[in-house]
Amino acid sequence: MSETILEMRNITKTFPGVKALQDVSLEVQRGHVHAICGENGAGKSTLMKVLSGVYPAGTFEGEILFEGRPVAFKNINDSEAAGIVIIHQELALSPYLSIAENIFLGNEQQANGWIDWNRTNLEAGKLLDRVGLHDNPITKIMDIGVGKQQLVEIAKALSKEVKLLILDEPTAALNDEDSAHLLDLLKQLQAQGITSIIISHKLNEIKAIADEVTIIRDGKPIETLDMVADDVSEDRIIKGMVGRELGNRYPSHEPKIGDELLRIEDWTVYHPLDRSREVVKHANLMVREGEIVGIAGLMGAGRTELAMSIFGQTYGHNITGRIFKRGVEIKTNTVSAAIDNGIAYATEDRKRYGLNLIEDITRNISAASLQKLAARGWVDSNKERRVAEGYRKSMNIKSPTVAALAGKLSGGNQQKVVLSKWMYSNPDVLILDEPTRGIDVGAKYEIYGIINQLADEGKGVIVISSELPELLGICDRIYTLSEGRITADVPRSEATAEHLMKFMTKERELDHR
Amino acid sequence: MSPFKATLNYLTGQLRQIGLFIALIALVVFFQVATGGITLKPINVSNLVIQNSYILILAVGMVMVIIAGHIDLSVGSVVAFIGAMSGVMITQWHIPWFVTIVLCLILGALVGMFQGFWIAYFEIPSFIVTLAGMLLFRGLTQITLQNQQISPFPDSFRALGSGFLPDLGGGTSVLEPLTVIIGIVAAVALVAQGIRQRVARKKYEVEDEPLTWFVLKLAFTVGLILLVAYLLAGYRGTPIVLVVLGILAVGYSAVMANTVWGRHIYALGGNANAAALSGVKTKRVSFQLFINMGVLAALAGLVFTAQLNLANPKAGDGFELDAIAAVFVGGAAITGGIGTISGAIIGGLIIGILNNGMSILGVGTEYQQLIKGLVLLAAVAFDVFNKRRAASSTK
Repeated sequence: MSETILEMRNITKTFPGVKALQDVSLEVQRGHVHAICGENGAGKSTLMKVLSGVYPAGTFEGEILFEGRPVAFKNINDSEAAGIVIIHQELALSPYLSIAENIFLGNEQQANGWIDWNRTNLEAGKLLDRVGLHDNPITKIMDIGVGKQQLVEIAKALSKEVKLLILDEPTAALNDEDSAHLLDLLKQLQAQGITSIIISHKLNEIKAIADEVTIIRDGKPIETLDMVADDVSEDRIIKGMVGRELGNRYPSHEPKIGDELLRIEDWTVYHPLDRSREVVKHANLMVREGEIVGIAGLMGAGRTELAMSIFGQTYGHNITGRIFKRGVEIKTNTVSAAIDNGIAYATEDRKRYGLNLIEDITRNISAASLQKLAARGWVDSNKERRVAEGYRKSMNIKSPTVAALAGKLSGGNQQKVVLSKWMYSNPDVLILDEPTRGIDVGAKYEIYGIINQLADEGKGVIVISSELPELLGICDRIYTLSEGRITADVPRSEATAEHLMKFMTKERELDHR
Repeated sequence: MSPFKATLNYLTGQLRQIGLFIALIALVVFFQVATGGITLKPINVSNLVIQNSYILILAVGMVMVIIAGHIDLSVGSVVAFIGAMSGVMITQWHIPWFVTIVLCLILGALVGMFQGFWIAYFEIPSFIVTLAGMLLFRGLTQITLQNQQISPFPDSFRALGSGFLPDLGGGTSVLEPLTVIIGIVAAVALVAQGIRQRVARKKYEVEDEPLTWFVLKLAFTVGLILLVAYLLAGYRGTPIVLVVLGILAVGYSAVMANTVWGRHIYALGGNANAAALSGVKTKRVSFQLFINMGVLAALAGLVFTAQLNLANPKAGDGFELDAIAAVFVGGAAITGGIGTISGAIIGGLIIGILNNGMSILGVGTEYQQLIKGLVLLAAVAFDVFNKRRAASSTK
């Protein structure tokens, strides 16, 4: 019965300095649910962007056949006209418009430029029935929950006569009930002959609905498994996702671990907008002097939220729990209190949260410690320059002068500026959120060296990373975080990618605890 | 790299500042020729300073607000409101003029607190809060004055706007001695400060601007100061507002460049998220900036009222736009994080000289508006062009 609806052949997509996809091929059967799995950054989303024309034909190598014919999409409109619709993780809905208006946005039900509201709402109602959403089409998007918004996105796709529906992490932000409903819906659509590609981290969901799963790792296709015929286990998928050679991409390091430095107890954080949602649930963690502790978790597990709620409560609402430093309880309610207590947090998003891109290296490095450079409020700018110059040399920031603007540096050098900023604030505990994201291999090695050096100075380092090999390569101990809950505390000797992944995808088993 | 090439590289990096200076000089030269020498007559230079002083005072506060990523549309109305209050205090309540000045500055701070509260702690965009403030304080002005003008003011108060420092020559000398002394002292102080800083930078091994450029810049600024002093000395000496303005310019430049507070303002405007995560109390900084702006607007209101010898319900109309234009001509960015006090002052002077020169030439106000609009557009277009060029050269 099976007939190939989509074939992607030998897709290679290169970004400056990075091969995001290398010779990836993908074959999808009509009427199937095809899952794509891989770690964060493996290239799943890039592949889907190639398919949907976000990256236009010509910017990548390889060919795409849709319904047997070669296609060359120049933009999203082209791919949608062919019947391929992608629903991104971040929903593309306008919150102040109604459900019906959103469904027909860009495809208005109109006559001579005048919108036919009756037809708009009538047709929207029919589409909503198909996705099992029984809200009034004139309800505003902002007044319905994320789960329903996801359904509106699917209704919108149906309005475009979709043949191939691509869902990128559709259940990442949904609760169990909404997730279950969404998966049911995908099965119903499958019965109506609509093919879907689903990108997901949740292996139990993949197991529940996918007909095939393709695993991508480091931009390369690893394998495609037939879920139905071969009865593939979750462990089997995990093995495919993580099984790679580590090599010596990590500098060797002999840890010198001392006394307990920082301890977090019973830490709970609520979402700042959706105030009934717990983002971090009763987390306990601890870091010792000279210890490098990893936090492993999939996207949406609450890693950054945990870190930022500790660092001056810069994320979250109704934060409860206690923080102890060297056994003494401390308060870190504001960023300056956190800094004064010797905590530093280097963000995962350098450009938005870490740097002032229109200022020079000097002023970025001094930004968190101006008081140290100042007497009675006046900054000693000569000393400031000298400090920056010192870090430029010791951190090997590749720029001829410290007067260069931060925005003009490469990702690796920007990260070194961020690290310099926090090192100059002389913290006892550094929380590094995705310290090597978007950085080339050489600079990564340097950053690992810096992390080791910080630990050797007796500081406690907490590394948050999506890359398991990185955590396995540098950490002395790793916590796994799943859905806001710490699910395991794994010492280096016991840590393997499979073991960690099992706890990272572990969901409700520990709820009763 | 050859010294010449190094100098050239350095200069292209400073293109915006140099461009501003060149534009100022070109304008002066042009109007000097076009008006047949009237522009640089001592009396005209004196008037130029006095008549632009309140806009320059506003521009100093405004550039700080804009660097932080905010804007203040209310300053024109605040100028009028403070002018009205000073009139009521002096002529109706018979409060001594110096007490009135202090009270008015405090009132300005309260105005700033009011607006700053909504902006910083209630997180309403400054555009909206100060637009409301613009209407609100205009209304309060009219209520205070009951739509009447108040005039005249005592001479001691008027000196703030149009007075001069005492003439040490007793009105008999060709060049007023005090002004000459101030000019020379300022020039010497500038040279000393420049050299001192350069020596300190050398000592700290901070790499530096090329020597030729350093000397040239210093010589030029010194020449400018001496020229202005010479011209002012040839009329009635140093206007009191010039002293006020000088203190503000030097003081706030130092604050913006060298204090923790100044750095926090740049950090806030450059990237508010990153600033907050670096421990900058962003709300408090915004709040303080609007208090500062309120005080400076009050000062401008006092100067303006004293100068006109009149508290008028329509006073200060459009001043906010002149001040904002000065700031943008002076190279600040609407997105925040970029701008200097000196840039804003030069920007204000450029607009002031345009106004003055065109008035002397008898250009109608309609054309004056048109030309000022084009100048603002050209200055900002030059900025954008510069940025694109810089961006493409690094790729």
